[in-house]
Amino acid sequence: MRVMAQMAMVMNLDKCIGCHTCSVTCKQAWTNRSGVEYVWFNNVETRPGQGYPRRYEDQETWRGGWALNRRGRLKLKGGGRLRKLLTIFANPKLPAIQDYYEPWTYDYETLTNAPLQEHTPVARPKSLLTGEDMKVSWSANWDDDLGGPPDRDVLLAGIADKVKFEFERTFMFYLPRICEHCLNPSCAASCPSGAIYKRTEDGIVLVDQDRCRGWRMCVSGCPYKKVYFNHRTGKAEKCTFCFPRVEVGIPTVCSETCVGRLRYIGLMLYDADAVLEAASVPSSQDLYEAQRGVFLDPSAPEVVTAAERAGIPRDWIEAAQRSPVHALITKYRVALPLHPEYRTMPMVWYIPPLSPVVDVVRDTGYDAEDRSNLFAAIEALRIPVDYLAQLFTAGDPAPVDAVLRKLAAMRSYMRDLTMGRDPDDSIPAAVGMTGEQIHDMYRLLALAKYDERYVIPPAHAEQAHSLEELATSCSLDYEGGPGMGGSGPFGESSGGPQPIAVENFQMLRDRQTADSLSGRVNLLNWDGRGKPEGLFPPRRSEEPPGSDGAS
Amino acid sequence: MNTFLYVVVPYIALTVFVAGHIWRYRYDKFGWTTRSSQLYERRLLRIGSPLFHFGILLVVLGHVGGLLIPESWTDAAGISEDAYHFVAVALGTVAGVCTLLGAAILIYRRRTTGPVFSATTVNDKVMYVLLIGTLCLGLGTTVLGNLTDHPHDYRLTVSPWFRSIFYFQPDSSLMAQAPIGFRLHALAAFALFAFWPFSRLVHVFSAPLGYLTRPYIVYRSRDDRPTRPGWERVR
Repeated sequence: MRVMAQMAMVMNLDKCIGCHTCSVTCKQAWTNRSGVEYVWFNNVETRPGQGYPRRYEDQETWRGGWALNRRGRLKLKGGGRLRKLLTIFANPKLPAIQDYYEPWTYDYETLTNAPLQEHTPVARPKSLLTGEDMKVSWSANWDDDLGGPPDRDVLLAGIADKVKFEFERTFMFYLPRICEHCLNPSCAASCPSGAIYKRTEDGIVLVDQDRCRGWRMCVSGCPYKKVYFNHRTGKAEKCTFCFPRVEVGIPTVCSETCVGRLRYIGLMLYDADAVLEAASVPSSQDLYEAQRGVFLDPSAPEVVTAAERAGIPRDWIEAAQRSPVHALITKYRVALPLHPEYRTMPMVWYIPPLSPVVDVVRDTGYDAEDRSNLFAAIEALRIPVDYLAQLFTAGDPAPVDAVLRKLAAMRSYMRDLTMGRDPDDSIPAAVGMTGEQIHDMYRLLALAKYDERYVIPPAHAEQAHSLEELATSCSLDYEGGPGMGGSGPFGESSGGPQPIAVENFQMLRDRQTADSLSGRVNLLNWDGRGKPEGLFPPRRSEEPPGSDGAS
Repeated sequence: MNTFLYVVVPYIALTVFVAGHIWRYRYDKFGWTTRSSQLYERRLLRIGSPLFHFGILLVVLGHVGGLLIPESWTDAAGISEDAYHFVAVALGTVAGVCTLLGAAILIYRRRTTGPVFSATTVNDKVMYVLLIGTLCLGLGTTVLGNLTDHPHDYRLTVSPWFRSIFYFQPDSSLMAQAPIGFRLHALAAFALFAFWPFSRLVHVFSAPLGYLTRPYIVYRSRDDRPTRPGWERVR
């Protein structure tokens, strides 16, 4: 047993309202630079829908992830090492910019400098690639809220035609996606240069910008299409799990800003020696169970001993014991992996949404909090369950069914409690839980306190000197760097990598955890009279007496 | 004059080539990339790029054979000059035509595809001129030389001269006997070598052969991070 720690995430899809705040704040933090205009480390997709990039789930086209060969051994679906090297001059499976979208801006200047004319001047869309006028016809969330052609969803191919119509009328939810930080990352395996690596401490998968040579094989290798090619620097970039934040114990930007508070971050301990075997199980429907088998119980004494032997700090083990992710995945078993059939052992898991079922029950006039109504609806609404199963369990409806029943049980059990009625213990028993467990799950899912959603042990003080430097990061936005519009002697991408600190970590943490807006002036609260607080230094007369003489 | 062209110039070019690569690698690892434009356009690239790259790999292989292996060795192996020459010209012409054709497709693509064109830097343009110029001079010399009845045996002039550079006993008189085509080709090549470390051509030296042997998943510790680069001032 080789114990390793993995920083993991769970998203509770019931709570996602599709507001794209996570995407926007992530973009502001990481990809608001030229070269990555089209890149969304975090994006939110409407399901059913084709996703971003278009139809990325169609692995018969894109050949991402892993597959078993004829002898049952795990191989890259896109071909082995030799094949990768032979196709290195023109990657046959690279999505074109049109599969994402052509980034654009608007010619805002016209609005201010157009001469006086009869008609209002128009800010025309301009391509950010060519600078020419362009017709905006696609983007990362173009078919939001079922706005696109419904039959383009890859997963619908697995569901019979006759149910499609009904399905589209009754079922829609949002799927926020980031990099999965897989236990068996096929992007890293596809990288000819060995630039993509998995951090031993926390399992975050990163691209070493100094080693990346721009062969683009990672983009093809990732079945989730969450590695992107920066077309200005010629290097691959991907979600970093906001490691500069996580290292000081604060959640990722997407989690922090999520208005639905639907994201959970915590540690998982797993047996690194068991990963390959679990990823190689013959039936793809067994992969969910197999991956759960790789995880270790952080409370078990033998696991704690092995973890300590593996050099995992004590407070990390304790954090793993309190991990909400561990609770949702193995204790309550309500979280499921996204597309386990890609065999990459993804580590961002999802609680499938019950709300579509609830909506149907409510719309038909029945009590949508009632257990038997909900259970019956889960049974009757096969289409949503089948669709969710395509997404989370390689098509096996049983685990999805079980999760939805647990969520339904929680709903009706807690309704009795809040209404002041006697709790009905047959409800938790029907889903194999106890009332106490239901209560704990309710606390985690519904109340979702900040400290319980995010249990992130900071990296260690004795390693702090190395935290100062981020040579592994991909941000170019340091002063005078290429991202700041500067250009080295060899074009856009050249110049020495500066040790940046996304912002100085200590400063960032102070700002994140401070109660007041220290050092910042909030003019939104200013009523226009008097002086806004903090805008000017305090006058001498306002200072407390005696402070003068003290200096 | 000959001494300058065939002794001084090569040494300057090779020095710049080697020192430039070391410097670039230390100073600009981040800029060391293929700068692929496949994201913008892939239809033409899928034809042109493999044609060019595989072609030029063959060309390089041919040059290694022609320049580094002395004629006495092939004689000793029982290969007659005529046979050698026939194979070399045939293979060289095919490889050269493939390379040029691929390059033509790529340049056409670069000029006509909007995003690719606007991503082209001055550096790229200089590199293209040097690279294509060298290619054309080389292919032209081979083809034109063989259209006449008595093709020049470069293995008696150019090759010994080239090797003599590396023995540090450069013999410019050998090169002076070679036809003008060979001389121009060699000079263009040295100009290309001198520019090489400062262009995107550096990606040649990161051919990822290590991929064939390394384990699929790379694990790295946070502590593996490179510490402050040596050329940077300690603050």
